[in-house]
Amino acid sequence: MTNNQTDSRHVAAATRIGIEVAGPNARSVDRDSRFPKEALDALKEARLLSAFVPKELGGLGCGMIELSQMCQALGAHCSSAAMVFAMHQIQVACIVRHAGQSSFFRDYLREIVEKQNLIASVTSEAGVGGEMRNSVCAVERQDERFSLSKDATTISYGAHADDLLVTARRSPDAPANDQSLALVRKADYTLEVNGVWDTLGMRGTCSPPFKLRSTGALAQVLETPFADIAAHTMVPFSHVLWANSWLGIATAAVSRARAFVRTQARAKPGTTPPSALRLAEVAGMLQTMRANVHDVAAECEELMSRPDAGTEVLSSIAFALKMNNVKVSTSQGLSDIVHRCLSICGIMGYKNDSKFSIGLYLRDSLSAALMVNNDRIYATNASMLLVLKDD
Amino acid sequence: MIEDIRTILKEHGRLSVDATTLAEDADLYQAGLTSHASVNVMLALEGKFDIEFPDRMLKRGVFESLASIRGAIEELTTGS
Repeated sequence: MTNNQTDSRHVAAATRIGIEVAGPNARSVDRDSRFPKEALDALKEARLLSAFVPKELGGLGCGMIELSQMCQALGAHCSSAAMVFAMHQIQVACIVRHAGQSSFFRDYLREIVEKQNLIASVTSEAGVGGEMRNSVCAVERQDERFSLSKDATTISYGAHADDLLVTARRSPDAPANDQSLALVRKADYTLEVNGVWDTLGMRGTCSPPFKLRSTGALAQVLETPFADIAAHTMVPFSHVLWANSWLGIATAAVSRARAFVRTQARAKPGTTPPSALRLAEVAGMLQTMRANVHDVAAECEELMSRPDAGTEVLSSIAFALKMNNVKVSTSQGLSDIVHRCLSICGIMGYKNDSKFSIGLYLRDSLSAALMVNNDRIYATNASMLLVLKDD
Repeated sequence: MIEDIRTILKEHGRLSVDATTLAEDADLYQAGLTSHASVNVMLALEGKFDIEFPDRMLKRGVFESLASIRGAIEELTTGS
């Protein structure tokens, strides 16, 4: 990897896992639409599932930029493994940043360090039209316990997770957007699979619909309203870590295109092959994508390290717009770059058994514009632009 | 002023409770104000009071209650 501007040994560990474990299994993960177990086992063994847990609790104390580089390193070899890793880290970040003072969650974070629990996100729900900031289900309190049932339209790696972070209305009489975030533990929930995950790409994320039934202690409900958790952590971490996983895919596709152009150049020394022009074009697009992704990750990390944790800026419309723009532009950039790599490699890129094959990158890349649909994001931006002055 | 704000919230806030009986410090988000509806509320307030909310005011805290909205409008209309 030429693009890791770090000497972090944790990033180096993720890079090694990408090359040695995730990559060699990527084809069977895709073909069989199976969970990237080998990669996740290796990440657990390297203690990387607790990468974002602060050192004082036994974690590695990594920041967003290191997580980003890990996602990129994994994404270059197995996009499903990168996405699972990214989604887990988003959940850990929500707990660290919003429940880091609660004694229950401090113990829980120590447990993640010890047992390397994998956490899945349950934000989707039938009946809310894909709007993460609305829930139908509610936290139903009874004495010191709660129960929570949810009809989730998709739970990525739901069947492979240890614990779940679930959004729900704060109480049965709360409006749809007055939400809480609750952790439910493996022993306290059941998931009834309610469909299949047979998709064009990202097949190893294993994200079918599930019906969730769960209970828990009230201490497992984060006290911070989900509105703040979403604005301050879940949305920025999601967009930054996803974008970095996509950057990994784009980088890998361009590497194949480069290798292909080199073989063409070697076949006719002294002439620049026509495909080299297209490579020059796509290399420029990759540079733009990388700059965009690095810029926003650096800004997020700087904001979050401020004494007030950047909450003023993170909750502003201008910042929400910026994050949304990163998501839309990198997801579009990814499929555009990969498609151009296919043109460069030609029939050798189209073949699945060729060392210049682009097919898996292309299929995986097409998920980026759909996971939180770009049209939904544009609609949100359109609405925000009615009041944002940006002067 | 608070009555004008209430009227606008009633028309554009799509709250799950009646805006005319809401306490001045009641949390509007807990009353069902969504970010989409809050944009419409902002636009209506800008029209009604002939103001423009600067970007620094476009955040959750400013629109979380009748009192905080009034505070923001007062700040903009007293020519500070």
